[in-house]
Amino acid sequence: MDEKVLYSMTGLFDTPDQIIEAAEKVSDKGYTKFDVHTPYPVHGMDGAMKLPPSKLGYAALVFGLSGTLTALTLMYWMSVIDYPNIIGGKPFFALPAFIPIIFEVTVLAASVATVLTMLFVFFKFPNNVHPLHDTDYMKAVSSDKYGISIQSEDPLYDEAEITVLLGELGAYKIEEVYYDNDEVLEKHNIFEPKFIGLLLVLVILTSGTAYFVLNKLMFLPPFNWMANQGKVIPQENHTLFADTKGMRTPVQGTVARGYLPYPYSGQPELAAANLANPLLPTEENLALGKSKFNTFCSPCHGYFAEGDSRLNGKFPNPPSLHSAKLREWTDGRIYHVIVEGQNVMPSYSSQMTREERWATILYIRTLQRSLNAKESDLQ
Amino acid sequence: MNSTEHRIEYERKELPAGLFKIGLVFFIIGLIVAVVGYFVDPTRSAFNNLIILMFLISVGLGSLFLVALEYIGGAVWSTPFRRITEFFAAVLFILPFFIIPVYFNIHDMFHWTHVEEVLKDKILSGKSAYLNEGFFTIRIVLFFAIWIFFYLILTRNSKKQDTTLDQSLTKKNIKISAIFMPFFGITLTLASIDWIMSLEPHWFSTIFGIYYFSGTILTALAVTTFMVVYLNEKGLLVKGLKRDHYYSLGALLFAFINFWAYIAFSQFLLIYYANLPEETYWFIARTEGSWVFVTILLGVVHFLVPYIGLLSQPSKMNPKRLKFMAVWILCAHLLDMYWLIMPTFSKDGAAFGWMELGYPLLAFGTIILVFYYFAKNKDLIPVGDPKLKRGIDFRL
Ligand code: HEC
Repeated sequence: MDEKVLYSMTGLFDTPDQIIEAAEKVSDKGYTKFDVHTPYPVHGMDGAMKLPPSKLGYAALVFGLSGTLTALTLMYWMSVIDYPNIIGGKPFFALPAFIPIIFEVTVLAASVATVLTMLFVFFKFPNNVHPLHDTDYMKAVSSDKYGISIQSEDPLYDEAEITVLLGELGAYKIEEVYYDNDEVLEKHNIFEPKFIGLLLVLVILTSGTAYFVLNKLMFLPPFNWMANQGKVIPQENHTLFADTKGMRTPVQGTVARGYLPYPYSGQPELAAANLANPLLPTEENLALGKSKFNTFCSPCHGYFAEGDSRLNGKFPNPPSLHSAKLREWTDGRIYHVIVEGQNVMPSYSSQMTREERWATILYIRTLQRSLNAKESDLQ
Repeated sequence: MNSTEHRIEYERKELPAGLFKIGLVFFIIGLIVAVVGYFVDPTRSAFNNLIILMFLISVGLGSLFLVALEYIGGAVWSTPFRRITEFFAAVLFILPFFIIPVYFNIHDMFHWTHVEEVLKDKILSGKSAYLNEGFFTIRIVLFFAIWIFFYLILTRNSKKQDTTLDQSLTKKNIKISAIFMPFFGITLTLASIDWIMSLEPHWFSTIFGIYYFSGTILTALAVTTFMVVYLNEKGLLVKGLKRDHYYSLGALLFAFINFWAYIAFSQFLLIYYANLPEETYWFIARTEGSWVFVTILLGVVHFLVPYIGLLSQPSKMNPKRLKFMAVWILCAHLLDMYWLIMPTFSKDGAAFGWMELGYPLLAFGTIILVFYYFAKNKDLIPVGDPKLKRGIDFRL
C-alpha cells in the first residue's frame, strides 16, 4: 500500500442517454483509452465509443470449423474404416445420418471454445485484479449509475481538460482513481495446488452427491433403471409366451442363411456316387486346404496323413489316409466322413465351411500322391 | 442526444414512378404468358399458377404474420416500417383470382378428386373424409375469409391510429394478433397440405406445414427488407432509419435461412432414415432424372448462397447486399415451390420453359402493383403509433 499509481479519471452519470452522449463526445475528442461502465448493456454503446468489431467471431469460426472436421473424420473413421456395420440398409458413409452429429459437435466446439477464449485470452483469466475493483466508482456503476473512466495511459490525458469536459457533459463525482502497483501486477497461476485441490473437492462432492441422490435416495421399486425393461431377452424366461421361453425355436423347415441341408445323411455310397469336388487344385485352394487340414485333421491324422497322431495314445490312432482304399475313394466319400464323422471320428461340419472341406480333400489328394505318385507325375 | 429533443422528421412524398412502370411491365408480360399458356397447355399453366399462388400466399399471409408478431412481441425496431409490411399483406385480396384457374383444373392436378379411383384405393378412401371436393372448397373459402378478416381489422386499427393517435388501438391490435396466431398456424398448415402435399395424396410428411411456414416467413421478410431499403435510399421513409434497423432485418433473414435449411433437412433425414417406401417415393421422384439437379440447385440457392452472403456482420448492414439477397431469396422461394409442385406434373424430368419464366413475372408484377396501389398517396410510416419514436431511436 506504499506505491499508489494514477489509473484514470472517472465520472458518473444518471441516465443512459447521458452516458451515450459522453461516450460519443469523449471518443470524438480523440481519446482511445477509456471505458464505460453501466449496470446493464446499453444499446448503441459500441457505436458511441467507436469500438471496432470484436475479433471473437474469428475464434468461433475457427473452432466451429475444427469441430465440423473432427466430427466428420471421427464418424468416417468409426463407420467406414474401423468398424463398418450396415445400419438400416444405409451405406457405410451415410452422410445425411452424420450431419446431426457434425452439426452438434460444430456448435459445441464453437460455443465452448469461444467462451474459453473469451475468458482466457480476452479476460486474462485467472488474473482477476483490475485497478477499478473495490472503488466507490465500481460500487456506483454496478448498482444504478453510468460511469466513464479515461485512463492516464491515454496520450491526450490531461487532468484539467478532462475535468472540464466531464463537467460540461453533466458528470458528477469526477475523481481520480489510484491503484496499488504490487496488487495489480500480482500474477495468478492456474495450476496452483490450492485451486486444483478446490476443483477436485468440487468434482468429488458433486459427483458423489449425484450418485447418492440418484442411486440410493431416489431408487424406489417401481422406479427402475434402463437395465430393467419389459423386453424379451435371449436365454431368459418371459411371461409373454405360454412356455415362458424367451428364445423361440424357428418355424419348422426354416433354413439358416448360407446353410444347405446335407441330403446323404447315413448314405455314404450315395454321397460317394453323387458328390463331386467343385474346386480345382489351384494354388489358392491348396493353400486353404493345407491350412485347414493342419488345423483340424492333423492332430489325429498327422501332418502327412500317415496316422501318426500327436495325441500320445489318449485317443485311438486313426488309419493312414494313404491306404489303397482311401486312394480309390471318391472325393464325395471323404467328404461324407468330414460331414458325418466315422465311428469314433467326430463330424467336422460345424467347424468347416463347404468350401474348406473340399479344399482339404484336394490337399489330402496331394499328400497321397507324394507317397504314391502316378506315372504321369514322374515324367 | 436526449430522445425527447428530436421530432419525427417525415414528409409524405410521391412513390417513385419507376416502381409502377416495372410492376406494370412485369404484370403485362406475365399476364400474356398466363393467358397464352392457358390455351396452349391448360394443365401445365394450372400447375404454374399453383406455384405462384403459394408464393403469393407467402407474401401476403407471411406479411400479416409479421405485423401480428410485432404487436404481440411488443417489438419497437420494426414499427417505423410496419406500414410497408401491411401494404404487402394486402396481396391477400388478390389471392382468390389465382385460385380460380387451379380450381377449374382440379381434376388434372389432384388425383384424389377422382371419386372412382379413390373407391378402388384403400389409402385414399381412408383419407376421403378430409380429401373430398366439397370440404376442399369449403376450406378454400374459409381460409381466404379468415385471412382477409384479420387483415381488415388489424390494418384498419393501425390506420385509424394515424389520425386519432389513440393508444388503446395498439392494445386492441395486440389482442387481435394473439387471436390471429392460432388461426394463422392452423390455416397455413392446412393450406400447405391441401394445395401442395395432397398433389401426391398417398404421401405425407408430419412437418410439411412448418416447412412451408419457414419459406413463408423468409419471403415476407424479404419483400419488406427490399422495400424498406429501396424506399429509405430514395428518402421516402422517416429520417433516422440506419444500420441498426438494417442489421435487424438482415439478422432475421439469416436466421430464417437457417431455419428453412434445418426444417428441410429434418424432413429429409427422417424419411431417409426410416426408409419406408410410402414416404421415400416422394424424394425419389425428386432425385430421379433431371430432377436431381433441381434438388441440388435448391440446396445451393435456398441455403448456401444466402447463408454465405449474409454470414458476416457488415453484410447484414450493407444496403446493396440486403437488396440483392432479398430478391435472391424471393427467387429461391419460387424455386422451392417449383420443386414441391412441379414433379407431380412432369414426372420424367424437370420441365422448364417460357411458362415457368413468365408466371414468376406475373407474381412479381402483382406484388409491386398491389403495393403501389395501396401505398400511393398514403403515409409510409405509422405516424400515430406510440412506439414509432422509440423504433426510430432503436440501437443495437
Ligand atoms: C479326433 C481325431 C481325429 C480328427 C481330428 C480327424 N480324424 Fe479322421 N479319423 C479318426 C479316426 C480315429 C478314424 C478311424 C475311424 C474308424 O475307426 O473308422 C478316422 C477316419 C478317417 C477317415 C476314414 C479312413 C478309413 O480308412 O476309413 C477319413 C477319410 C478321415 N478320417 C478324414 C479326416 C479328415 C479330412 C479330418 C479333418 C477334417 C479328420 N479325419 C480329422 C480320427 C480323427
